[in-house]
Amino acid sequence: MTKTSFDIQVLLNQLEATLKSTITERQINDPVMIGIHTGGVWIAEQMHQRLNINEPLGLLDISFYRDDFSQIGVNPKVKPSQLPINIEGRDIILIDDVFYTGRTIRAALNEIFDYGRPRQVVLGVLIERDGRQIPMKPDCVGETISLPQGQRVKLIGPENLTIHIQTINQAA
Amino acid sequence: MTANHELQFTPEGKLKHFLSIEGLSKSLLTEILDTAESFASVSDQQVKKFPLLRGKTIINLFFENSTRTRTTFDLAATRLSADVLNMDISTSATSKGETLLDTIRNLEAMHVDMFVVRHSISGAAHFIARHVAPYISVINAGDGNHAHPTQAMLDMFTIRRVKQDFSQLRVAIVGDILHSRVARSQIQALNTLGVPEIHVIAPKTLLPAKVETLGVKVFNDMEKGIQEADVVIMLRLQKERMTGAFLPTESEYYKCYGLTQDKLKSAKPDAIVMHPGPINRGVEIASSVADGMSSVILKQVSYGIAVRMAIMSMTMQAAGTQ
Repeated sequence: MTKTSFDIQVLLNQLEATLKSTITERQINDPVMIGIHTGGVWIAEQMHQRLNINEPLGLLDISFYRDDFSQIGVNPKVKPSQLPINIEGRDIILIDDVFYTGRTIRAALNEIFDYGRPRQVVLGVLIERDGRQIPMKPDCVGETISLPQGQRVKLIGPENLTIHIQTINQAA
Repeated sequence: MTANHELQFTPEGKLKHFLSIEGLSKSLLTEILDTAESFASVSDQQVKKFPLLRGKTIINLFFENSTRTRTTFDLAATRLSADVLNMDISTSATSKGETLLDTIRNLEAMHVDMFVVRHSISGAAHFIARHVAPYISVINAGDGNHAHPTQAMLDMFTIRRVKQDFSQLRVAIVGDILHSRVARSQIQALNTLGVPEIHVIAPKTLLPAKVETLGVKVFNDMEKGIQEADVVIMLRLQKERMTGAFLPTESEYYKCYGLTQDKLKSAKPDAIVMHPGPINRGVEIASSVADGMSSVILKQVSYGIAVRMAIMSMTMQAAGTQ
């Protein structure tokens, strides 16, 4: 039976806790937090506040880096990415709402590395679902769930964040 | 034979070649402008290059010189990570007698994905689009007196950025309409996007026959024509295309149709002045206007890159799904 309801506060608390222990474990120092547009940014805003991060939050729109360009084309509403001036040698905490195939994270890493060579990157996501297509895995997760291929997790926000399971015609 | 405007689409209705504004819908033109908006918004990022067209090869096939258009196409393709080859045709095989089709066949054999074509003969880009291999896209960068659709789209982009909405505008186009492929494409784009009033202003000798049928109002008097205009587009006096006696003298032309600060007063106080370049200072436009507060001429050049990135990525996407 697929899980259909989520308590967002429980998930945010869990993500915060695993991020904190990872920060200690990996000796992360003065990190730069980056959220992936759009849902990842909402989660990153929460984590940025909870973890008292000094650097302003970075935003990433990976539309121009996607590998499915020839199938879906250009999204005509791409937002400019806003990264701190210098990420060279920095510790980065990358945040997204849902981890699924891993392709978004690959695109995000490609874009980040165009700006410099960070010391390390840690990936935190609110929900990890099954369906990985490339060897990529989040370090910190709010909750891990299993979903049939024709369903997807959708985060609605930015006010009163809620999570919905939607049925789609074709696997995303 | 397929009609010219149908030639531009894949069987699924996607834009494959970009040859002319004719036959393109308002929603497609809007999609181009929206996509260009995305590219324009990232153009001041530290990293301006994206991997959208990585591995693609684009040839700038310029049978006619144009530094600005070629450079912006070159930059647009480079920022999309495509490999670009600029062919200087005046030193190439066509000047040794090779036919256009033979040139195309040879370039095709080098596994090219897109041709950006500028040619002095009207219909050259359409001709190439009809004959290239099915996986190749063709973009018209100006053909004879016929069309210059990417210039028209960057002009529409500039207008929308400043004026936001097309539906209340009065746009005046001044100058050599007869020889201007830019004006023809602009008029089609302005009409498609719903601009209610388009004025064309020129001496009778520089107006095409039955120009009114294009959906414009014709004026021979400049001040009347640009009265209360929101946008004034000046065209270059195309000296290289003037073979007959079209004009008395340049100075007389300037007196009647040159845009000076004084004449600009007839337009709305917040009117913008545009020019596709290169400008002939003191022939069609005064330096004080070209460099003045109302001028958006250099913005047009910047936006040209974003608009060409949008068109290149959209046509390559259609070619990729075939």
